[in-house]
Amino acid sequence: MSLDLILRIGTKLILPFILLFALYVQFHGEYGPGGGFQAGVITAGMVILFAITFGLRAAKRIAPQALVERMVPLGVLIFAGTGVLGLLLGHNYLDYGPLAHDPAHGRVLGIFLVEAGVLVTVSGTMTALFYAFAERGR
Amino acid sequence: MTTVLPHLPALQVVIPLLGAVLCALLRRPAPAFGLALAVSWLMPVIAAALLWQVIQGGPISYHMGGWAPPWGIEYRVDLLNGFVLLLVAAVGAAIMPFAWHSVGFEIDEGRRAWFYCMYLLCLAGLLGIAITGDAFNAFVFLEISSLSSYVLIALGRDRRALLASFQYLVMGTIGATFYVIGVGFLYLLTGSLNMVDIAQRLGPAWAEHPRAIVAALAFVSAGVGLKLALFPLHVWLPNAYAHAPSWVTVFLSATATKVAIYLLIRFYFSIFGVAIAFDTLPIAQIVIALSIAAMVIASLIAVFESDVKRMLAYSSVAQIGYITLGIGLANQAGLTGGLVHVFNHAVMKAALFLAIGAVFYRAGTVNLAELSGIGRKMPVTLAVFTIAGFGLVGTPGTAGFISKWYLALGALDQGWWVLVLVIVGSSLIAMVYVGRVLEIAWLREPTPAIARASDPPLPMLLPILLLGAATIYFGIDTQWSAGIAEASAQALLGGLR
Amino acid sequence: MQAFRLVVEYYNYFVTIFLMVAGLYVVIARGNMIKKLVGLAIFQTSVYLLYITPGKILGGTAPILDPAFKVYSNPLPHVLILTAIVVGVATLALGLALVARINEAYGSIEEDETFERDREA
Repeated sequence: MSLDLILRIGTKLILPFILLFALYVQFHGEYGPGGGFQAGVITAGMVILFAITFGLRAAKRIAPQALVERMVPLGVLIFAGTGVLGLLLGHNYLDYGPLAHDPAHGRVLGIFLVEAGVLVTVSGTMTALFYAFAERGR
Repeated sequence: MTTVLPHLPALQVVIPLLGAVLCALLRRPAPAFGLALAVSWLMPVIAAALLWQVIQGGPISYHMGGWAPPWGIEYRVDLLNGFVLLLVAAVGAAIMPFAWHSVGFEIDEGRRAWFYCMYLLCLAGLLGIAITGDAFNAFVFLEISSLSSYVLIALGRDRRALLASFQYLVMGTIGATFYVIGVGFLYLLTGSLNMVDIAQRLGPAWAEHPRAIVAALAFVSAGVGLKLALFPLHVWLPNAYAHAPSWVTVFLSATATKVAIYLLIRFYFSIFGVAIAFDTLPIAQIVIALSIAAMVIASLIAVFESDVKRMLAYSSVAQIGYITLGIGLANQAGLTGGLVHVFNHAVMKAALFLAIGAVFYRAGTVNLAELSGIGRKMPVTLAVFTIAGFGLVGTPGTAGFISKWYLALGALDQGWWVLVLVIVGSSLIAMVYVGRVLEIAWLREPTPAIARASDPPLPMLLPILLLGAATIYFGIDTQWSAGIAEASAQALLGGLR
Repeated sequence: MQAFRLVVEYYNYFVTIFLMVAGLYVVIARGNMIKKLVGLAIFQTSVYLLYITPGKILGGTAPILDPAFKVYSNPLPHVLILTAIVVGVATLALGLALVARINEAYGSIEEDETFERDREA
């Protein structure tokens, strides 16, 4: 596999900015357009771009398949677990109010945790899908 | 106990959901099975507690996230869906021990943990459809259960399982999309997604926009009709049931279509109400005509099937016809018959498919021609198959008789004695296809191919015996099955308003 | 003139119905499974439009409370459709995965050819 110089350097240059942008979208999600879904897809896009330029094996070194496949349920666990936290604190399921002293703060914290869970699941799912399809037909 | 009790509606759905996630994290078959078993056995306890609360103190309302309805999502348990919840949970719990050997036989080691994950996800979806009081939330749960059941079906060993799953995916998605279009119309008309709230606002809306309500009703009927395999929309069902892994067929036949039927009943009787759906619009005539077609045509097709699983699948389409007949009759006895048949058919079909699953486990085939004399090799299994088969026919003393009795009463109440003849005629056809299997299984000499078959190990045998016993029990003691169905029918015909 | 007004006023609904019928037609009329999935996706997309359209209130702004504004668009349809989009994507992904497996098992993704191969076998 011969690697084009511009592609290789260009990819390496752009990767950190993709991740940075993903994090921006993630943390901006409560106030404006953005959130876990978009950030998750952008993060997965980073891995996929890396895999396209440097090959699947190199991508699996930085994002191992086992990790990616575990990220999918892990994220769901995080955001379903956030709902259970409300339950454990004596309120209804998905009630984030009791997570902090002020219910409004609690809700912000709850949404933050849920978005984090979404980020983990979506980026994991997208990468796992890419791995699964890229391996087909070999 | 007092701290857990108010949160049972949420736990009913959240526990299987978390169980599914943990199964995916465990990734090894044995712990995943243990978890699935624990969750499955916990579910009927919760469902029974809910139903008990409803019987004691009327409908329960649970506000997700503390947001009051109609703005927030409400989980609402009344007699009808308490009954459905208990049915789904109890069937899941009863058949779970069967899964270990059956799934071990039919599914690759690496996929078993995912299998249990998908099963729990499907369970969570089905329980969610039954428990939610929000029309759009029901769509989300419908898709959760459907997507996981596509995966479960595609895990069948035959490559035709893939085709069956794809066919089901296309038709199921069309069905779910139709449903969501119908709900969209209702939302535009009433500005609400809460089922109770929609029901209250539909009456005034009928005066202004009757055409839009008819469109909503049509879309919901067609969409849910696809999911419950109402005749001519049943095409996906025989293939899906025939090629899915044995245990999946048991689970889906006993629960998935039943929950879709619940949704249809909920929309017809609680949301649109008898006044709109039955008094003004010809829903009854349409549903009864399709039901009769299902009862006769699907039964006839079943007679000519050579694959026992496929035969039973067509029989399911016919039996769903009985249930929808009860819905179409829309009177006390008829609706009771339909509801009690939801329960009885789930029990009997689960017993039949379990027995056939055990046959496949031992003999490696479900082709009728290769099963001659199997009854002498697997006497206990086939004895239960015989009992449940008689139940399907509607022999007195089995659960099937009770449902048909109520349906016939309902038909007579409407003065349609021809319907009684159709019910009897369809039962006679059922006798033919059940009789074919029984004749080959009991009366013929065993072939060398099945010489080494014997009754399955105890974890598989116990669920079969349990459901066989239930077929007889609910044919004699009808206090629980028909009693609750009767009370729900009464409440439904009275309407939510 | 009357007809023109109708088309302009209900422009979005005309598009919705066109997409709905076109998508459903593709699902029914095409034997190629990928095309079927494309049709299915178009069909689902039409529903997104059906929900989103009435959510927009003329002259309304984004539903973020601010003393300067009185009229807001309805945010609920967007939330619902966000969920529906996720469901649609999951369905599409699962469908494509199934088609990939079918292609490996049968060597074809034409519906009639796969049926034929089963009949031969």
